[in-house]
Amino acid sequence: MTMLDHRESRDRRTSTDDYRPLPPGAGRLLLAAHPDLATHHRHLGLLPPLAQPARLLAEIDAAGLRGRGGAGFPTARKLAAVAAGRSPVVIANGAEGEPASAKDRTLWAHAPHLILDGLQLAGALVGARRAIGYVPAGPSTASLRRALADREAAGADPIPVEIVEAPDRFLAGEESAVVSRIEGKPALPRDTLRRVVVAGVDGHPTLVQNVETLAHLALLARFGGAWFRGVGTSGDPGTFLATVSGAVAAPGVYEVAYGIPLGDLLERAGGWVGRPQACLVGGYGGAWVPADAADVPVSTAGLRPFGAAPGAGVVVALPAGACGLRAAADITRYLAGQGARQCGPCRNGLPQMAGTLTRLADRERSPALVAELERLTRLVEGRGACHHPDGTVRLVRSTLRTFPAEIDRHLAGTCGQEPMPAAGGAR
Amino acid sequence: MSRRGARLHIDWTACEGRGLCSEMLTEILAIDDWGYPLARDGRPEPAVPRELVAHARRAERLCPRLALRVLPEPPPTRPQGGSQLPPS
Repeated sequence: MTMLDHRESRDRRTSTDDYRPLPPGAGRLLLAAHPDLATHHRHLGLLPPLAQPARLLAEIDAAGLRGRGGAGFPTARKLAAVAAGRSPVVIANGAEGEPASAKDRTLWAHAPHLILDGLQLAGALVGARRAIGYVPAGPSTASLRRALADREAAGADPIPVEIVEAPDRFLAGEESAVVSRIEGKPALPRDTLRRVVVAGVDGHPTLVQNVETLAHLALLARFGGAWFRGVGTSGDPGTFLATVSGAVAAPGVYEVAYGIPLGDLLERAGGWVGRPQACLVGGYGGAWVPADAADVPVSTAGLRPFGAAPGAGVVVALPAGACGLRAAADITRYLAGQGARQCGPCRNGLPQMAGTLTRLADRERSPALVAELERLTRLVEGRGACHHPDGTVRLVRSTLRTFPAEIDRHLAGTCGQEPMPAAGGAR
Repeated sequence: MSRRGARLHIDWTACEGRGLCSEMLTEILAIDDWGYPLARDGRPEPAVPRELVAHARRAERLCPRLALRVLPEPPPTRPQGGSQLPPS
């Protein structure tokens, strides 16, 4: 993308927020030519020793760094909560159970030392005794292993880092599921009464931080809060790794500043292939942004009107030939299947929502289906140990809001996108 | 302690929908399509009015799955209350 494109898209915007884009070609997290320790140190220098924890904590707070794993919780507050307890545990969470996200594994591949610097820094800030890299099997684990061997030789890690394998499940990265897995149990969410920051791994206060958050932390400690806030918006400072997939010419992971117009982000990924449609933003448990809202800033404030949030930076562009109701039904069925099967309302309600949405996508001519979906979302919301049902509810509600014309067509027995289904519905 | 009322926490990972709490605390809990307790006030942790706290504690003791907890503080006034700790 050229500088001219940037200017043009800014002028087009009606919003008055204070978006400062990354300069063309610039980036923060994925710049190193090689993922080895020597290159890392040549680029960024050594991690400065932690002389004044309280001052750095205040700087992180003022910088406005928030979690990049999906929930967007302020990192400084989480650090402070964990630091208040005795012999804490810190975890670099790279489980990335969200199928439409690839940024964590990209970061493991390109910048493992940034993650590990951040983990050491977080560990020093909270006074941790244990540090754990929680990673999926395969290339990410291999990258982590190599990086740790380099660092051991260089004496870079005051807190030794253990490796725990994250299973390939949607909920494997959920905070309390991470704790359960590290305790040697299945990676399932647990009841919220015991908070992870107070009593996590084996009862110790535990910091579970997404790997991208830790990488930002490692940069913030080197270059300061003012630098960190130099791009992005005042509400969402800094950059984030966006995983753009679906109907774009160059799907992939792109580092952009918060506040980037959604259309510009899609341009970074090569632009739409075919006629623009709605985009699913925030992941499978996210919400749709309709095609006519290409100027919407990808930020907490910008996406709020759509019930969406930047989350873990996932954007899926719905292909021109695809039906939004069908896509939502398929995702809802996937989410229903990925539940932990622990909590009754989720275990029963999600399959029922998926089934009802599938009937709508299949053009069953029953107007009661929409009311039933709305009833089920109310029945399921907030009634589980984790937010899995809530994410699914968000997607279903957003689908009903975003595709009213499609719903009318389906209830009339037609669809703007799909041909008539085969009898019996092979899907 | 119960001057301001309390709130009810359900451990959904333990609850199997035996239905005892919904029967004992009909003022607070209905029952959903599948037999699980359903907060009448729509909150994740429903409010327990002052006069029902003792009764709620009996339900807490009698739950065969030990899935019920009476927490001393009433729920925040805003439904999506501002907790000081990160979500677990």
